[in-house]
Amino acid sequence: MKAPQPIDRFEIRLSGLGGQGLITLGRLLGSALALGHGYYVTQTQSYGPEARGGSSRADVVVSSRPISYPKTENLDLLVALSPEACNSYYRLLKRTGILLVDTTLVKHAPTNVYLGLPFTQMAKEQIGNPMTINTMVMGAVTHLLPFADPKVMRKSLEANLPAKIREVNAKAFALGLKQAQRNFGDAGGIWAAAEENGAHSEDDIIV
Amino acid sequence: MAVQRKKRKRRELFALGNEAVAEGALLAGCSFYAGYPITPSTEIMEVMANRLPLIEDGVFIQMEDEIASMGAAIGASLAGRKAMTATSGPGFALMQEHIGYACMVEAPLVVVNVMRGGPSTGLPTSPAQADVQMARWGTHGDHPIIVLSASNVQECLEMTVTAFNFAEKYRTPVILLLDEVTAHTREKITVPDPDEVEILSRVEPTVPPEWFKPYADTARGVPAMAPIGSGYRTHVTGLTHDVMGYPTQRPDEVKDAMLRLFRKIDQYYGDIQMADEYMMDDAEVAVVAYGSVARSAHLAVEQARERGAKAGLLTLKTLFPFPRPAVEKLTHRCHTVVVPEMNMGQMSREVKRVNNGRTKVRTINRVDGQIITPSEILKAIL
Amino acid sequence: MADVTQLIHDYLRHNKKFPHVFCAGCGHGIVLGSLIRSVHALGLPKDDVVLVAGIGCSGRMAVYVDFNTVHTTHGRALTFATGIKMANPKLKVICVMGDGDAMSIGGNHLIHAARRNIGVTALILNNQIYGMTGGQCSSATPQGDISMTTPFGSLEKAFDIVEMCKAAGASYVARGTSFHAIQLDRLISSAIMHPGFSVVEVFSPCPTQYGRKNKFRNAVDMYKWLKANTVKVETLKEPDQKPADGRIPIGVFRDVEEPGLEERYFELQRKLMGQNR
Ligand SMILES: Cc1ncc(C[n+]2csc(CCOP(=O)(O)OP(=O)(O)O)c2C)c(N)n1
Ligand code: SF4
Ligand SMILES: [Mg+2]
Repeated sequence: MKAPQPIDRFEIRLSGLGGQGLITLGRLLGSALALGHGYYVTQTQSYGPEARGGSSRADVVVSSRPISYPKTENLDLLVALSPEACNSYYRLLKRTGILLVDTTLVKHAPTNVYLGLPFTQMAKEQIGNPMTINTMVMGAVTHLLPFADPKVMRKSLEANLPAKIREVNAKAFALGLKQAQRNFGDAGGIWAAAEENGAHSEDDIIV
Repeated sequence: MAVQRKKRKRRELFALGNEAVAEGALLAGCSFYAGYPITPSTEIMEVMANRLPLIEDGVFIQMEDEIASMGAAIGASLAGRKAMTATSGPGFALMQEHIGYACMVEAPLVVVNVMRGGPSTGLPTSPAQADVQMARWGTHGDHPIIVLSASNVQECLEMTVTAFNFAEKYRTPVILLLDEVTAHTREKITVPDPDEVEILSRVEPTVPPEWFKPYADTARGVPAMAPIGSGYRTHVTGLTHDVMGYPTQRPDEVKDAMLRLFRKIDQYYGDIQMADEYMMDDAEVAVVAYGSVARSAHLAVEQARERGAKAGLLTLKTLFPFPRPAVEKLTHRCHTVVVPEMNMGQMSREVKRVNNGRTKVRTINRVDGQIITPSEILKAIL
Repeated sequence: MADVTQLIHDYLRHNKKFPHVFCAGCGHGIVLGSLIRSVHALGLPKDDVVLVAGIGCSGRMAVYVDFNTVHTTHGRALTFATGIKMANPKLKVICVMGDGDAMSIGGNHLIHAARRNIGVTALILNNQIYGMTGGQCSSATPQGDISMTTPFGSLEKAFDIVEMCKAAGASYVARGTSFHAIQLDRLISSAIMHPGFSVVEVFSPCPTQYGRKNKFRNAVDMYKWLKANTVKVETLKEPDQKPADGRIPIGVFRDVEEPGLEERYFELQRKLMGQNR
């Protein structure tokens, strides 16, 4: 295992609809970062009534130091796979945070500065299994996390999935990763730009 | 001859607090689980349902309610098992009569209560720390009790092991109080090799059955315990009993029995009362916290230090018997003590009692089902 | 007679301070005698017998006998018994409860013990009253009867313990009385040897709290009443019907072989562990 890079609290929210496998995604992502890379990770999720009525959410906090507060407060990365999730959580993004949406479902993002891929459509048409949307998102997120090693992420993913669905999910992960590389450009560059400009304009922030 | 060193087998898991509790229980030698499902404790039960049937003699049973769960767990404990149950507020309320029974018959046992908002059905999926005084005083009758807590996932595992050890060592029910945040957070934990952990078990009698006095006083105040079926045919009763275990109302016998129950815990305060200090050496403001709130407090103290404030944190791992010496010390040294908790002031009441008016005690109370944030605590420190 | 007395003494605890708590004429002592004779006849070692008792006069019998004895809480004895049996299935676990114990406060545990078919024997000592607390009505007090809490006559119907246990799935269900002691020995013996959950309801007079309030002059009258008002179920033409003359049927009402929960559990465990090897 390579020594983890220094990160001081990186907060991710994975949000969208029930059935998109977001809770599993949170667990897979957290597990890969914690056990595969050796980072400190806390993962929490919505429960109960909050988790019913169609919406779903999982949060991941990553750090190279022990994490005291386990929940998210200011998001560095918001993944929104539904318009509702996008609208309700968008304002929790840091000024320098990044928004990643599923462009199949989110037609009108609340900002012009965001990243998107048609995850739902890709899962259906290119993988032939809509259930793989979460691992495809994991591929794209892997590309966006400068501290995540794609090989380690894939290995951890495969180790955590039952044999029956391993192959199709590995394929989805690879596709998500590839499309993100192709469409978003170098991750370091994206974060540097976000840092410089504030990824979305100050005016957008509703306090 | 070369000494063969056995390789330690540690396991790393990315686990929920509740799953860590189950891992800790199995590590401690728990072989009996009886329970009734209730959010936010259910994952403990589900892990046990999967694991115990795969362990030699491991028993899992889902009972008809929490009263029955406690009854079955006590029965198993009397039959020689390390037993546990887990629940949340409403179920914990139902368990109270049998918690008293376990105190009286001195049945080792672990009860986990993952606290959620209340009263009544309240906020089933939101955190609270509202059962602190119920854990201390919930059952009827005067009694001592050990109540522990944990603030992160690794601690869930460790404190569960400690809970079993205390239960066995002191022949008493031990309550582990968690809150929904700790129970439902996933983190990396290390499950140690069983050889690395100190595991305690109850002392069994060494005298022949005809000499055995099942409730005789000892130096430790803890009598030896003979499992049902081991040839020591004892009588166990919730009635106040003499050293033979037979009911008595004789004031001298009643007094001896009751005082021993207290003494066996009292005289080991030093062993039982656990609290962690962080940045306390030169602290002028101290935060006293437990459970998930201690994590927020940790961050708040860090942030306060960055801003030049001399803040420190005392995390209570034992809630009862209340760690008086640790708290008393800081009331002498600090000008302010901040007690944040997700209730209307159940632990701050203990802090104030110990403080006895010496220094300022500031409380932060939240009962809206939300965890107290670092910034709220920071504001109170500064 | 002397040998019977000797036998009873072999099973009582001699280091226990007597006298016992039972009133003169109480049926509970007769049930205890029957239990001891049954255990003896079956040749069970005392070490293997666990007597788990609830709270009530009935529950007090545990302390006197030299078995493993556990005096638990009101209504919950079966939950402790379930834990003990699952923890150590080799033990013969017998649970003594009163009617209030088993049916009022503990009714839920009773039907669930029957449903799971846990290998425990439940002896329900039905004196149709709360004896210990001074004669309040229980869920087995007959409609119209007088008690401290039904001074004008009870308005509620009494539970039929046999019917309820049958309906809940108990695999052995019997009813006896403390008058029919010889039959009771047989019922208790077969209940103890029965693999799954077994129930024996025993009509057991309480002259002190029930008899006096309900027109029985003395204890003897109550036993006479039991003799006159019961009928052996095997002599009934239609054993499934309640006798039209109001007599109480006694005997075995169900006896089917079904493995107890503990047997099924450990069988499953062996299978799972075999697969894992
Ligand atoms: C939780 C609880 N409620 C009430 C009591 C008081 N109590 C003790 S014995 C008893 C009734 C006993 O009646 P039964 O079970 O029929 O036994 P009997 O004395 O008639 O043999 C009651 C109500 C108690 N001990 N515990
Ligand atoms: S009160 Fe009734 S049940 Fe209790 S001992 Fe006396 S006669 Fe028996
Ligand atoms: Mg009764």
